[in-house]
Amino acid sequence: MLEAREISVSYGEREAVRGVSLSAVPGEVVCLIGPNGAGKSTLMRALNGALAPTGGEIYLDGKRLGSYARRAVSRRIAVVAQEAELRFPVTVLEFVLGGRYAWSSTGAWGWETERDVSVARSAIEETGLEDFTARLMNELSGGERQRAVLARALATEAAILLLDEPTANLDLAHQATVLRLVRARCDTQGAAAVVVTHDINLAAEFADRALLLKGGRMLASGSPREVFTPRTLGELFEIEVLVDAHPVTGAPRITPVHGSRR
Amino acid sequence: MNAETAKAISTKATLAESARTTPKRTLLICLALALALFVVCLAASLIGSERLPVTASLCALFRDGSVCGLSPEQGAILLDLRWPRILLAASVGAALAAAGAGYQALLRNPLAEPYLLGISNGAAVGTMIALVFLGTQAWTRSLMAFAGALCATFVVYRLARGRTGASPERLILAGVIVTTFLSSAIVFITTMMDATRIRSFNFWLLGDLSGSTSSLLAIAIVSTLIGTVVLGAHGRSLNLMMLGERDAFDLGVEVERVRLIVFLAASLLVGASVAASGSVGYVGLVVPHLVRLSLGSDNRTTIPAAALAGALFVVVADTTARTVIAPRELPVGAITALIGAPLFIYLLRRG
Repeated sequence: MLEAREISVSYGEREAVRGVSLSAVPGEVVCLIGPNGAGKSTLMRALNGALAPTGGEIYLDGKRLGSYARRAVSRRIAVVAQEAELRFPVTVLEFVLGGRYAWSSTGAWGWETERDVSVARSAIEETGLEDFTARLMNELSGGERQRAVLARALATEAAILLLDEPTANLDLAHQATVLRLVRARCDTQGAAAVVVTHDINLAAEFADRALLLKGGRMLASGSPREVFTPRTLGELFEIEVLVDAHPVTGAPRITPVHGSRR
Repeated sequence: MNAETAKAISTKATLAESARTTPKRTLLICLALALALFVVCLAASLIGSERLPVTASLCALFRDGSVCGLSPEQGAILLDLRWPRILLAASVGAALAAAGAGYQALLRNPLAEPYLLGISNGAAVGTMIALVFLGTQAWTRSLMAFAGALCATFVVYRLARGRTGASPERLILAGVIVTTFLSSAIVFITTMMDATRIRSFNFWLLGDLSGSTSSLLAIAIVSTLIGTVVLGAHGRSLNLMMLGERDAFDLGVEVERVRLIVFLAASLLVGASVAASGSVGYVGLVVPHLVRLSLGSDNRTTIPAAALAGALFVVVADTTARTVIAPRELPVGAITALIGAPLFIYLLRRG
């Protein structure tokens, strides 16, 4: 379990995150929602230990996050970041095996074990990429590549998944596929996920809890039904929205009313 | 199980086998390359302005030359001129190719190369400072070359690094700036030398394997071995660094430590080779590129294979350099640049 208590993160003078609390609980998907520049990515980097909080404290399985060695953190927390450019020909299997780095018994060097390979292979199957195992990453489509990035995160066998806009640049079907896979990990294996997304409707369907962030502060937190109200969302994005129920799933459905800035 | 499913399964298995490199495959590749290197070195020792008899020359490697039927002159050509030069060529080639692969992983760009980034020039400035101000011992020369390479590496890294790694534009600009700055430093130091040494210096700057000493050769071989082994040992970390420092950090790589080690190892490789032979260009570009093309991008294979293939490449290039207009010689750097520059343009255009 990953728990942030009242954390603040600053870049020099500028405070990007101010006093935010959040916990990633086994089996739960938490969505972080907020306008650009709200501090979502900064918060995610702090949760992963890449940025040290300037205030508050982060606990990983009851111990301070800062007290773990890097490799120990990487065995417990997996990150899916926004897609990076690949300039070298790497196969999907090689890429996904990167997720096994922190488990190497010989430290930073050596080769993957049989078990590493089988874990990577099942992550590849889980994301439906088994036919692409030997293909090069830069030959894949955007949706396939993003699934490979997810497969690498799953191959770490970490109990906590941090996903920063995993559905950006994906079409409707692939957006749902990625979140369904994350949902499945949480439901069947008790993983905990924190997902940054701009797609509120997707969050409404897949999240157990939503955390709304604005100007580095927490605006609201609760189940999608509780927090996805016209009033809160209107305050968050400074735009008028309609909220009704999705005709099939019953989840809150959010429709922005454009051209009507208040 | 019918034949078709069996076939489908076996195709799938072969596919999966080629999807990653294994220690066994790496070992086989390296053994094959080492064998090829050995054969090419033997051939190179026989070729030249003075052709040597094959069996007698092979025999002279293990026994006294006169027993094998070589004249004292032929023995001297073989053992005092050709073999030291071949060993130096192999060492320089291995060092530059391995360093190139290391810089490429670190800067996340297949265009990174010690000569084009100005790192060879850094080592050259170090060597010249040692020659002009500190006397002629081999170890001060090598040490100063190492220090020069390290400084240049640091500056290039700071200039070239962007948020998503070094973009080709940033990389080339950083290389041009460092190269031109250091070139003017070289000109400045050259003017402090007496006129008789300037010509041989200009030759050395383009890569010259003829003017080395046995102690420089020994330093070059030892440094090459150490640097290549250190880089290769960090291959697994470099595989992740190559995809991005943030990703590497997230997956558990101690990014800063690995970066420092690659800086030191690659600078050691470039420093040792430049101190002994001047700036041989493009080896670090051509060789890792061909190796990756045929063997994939896993640095645990790429780095040792590039070292062996680099040795092979420079031995062949140097043999060409000393035979093509014999009895006169070309600087070996002219040959490597003749092959490397077009490849660079091709890689740049392909994006």
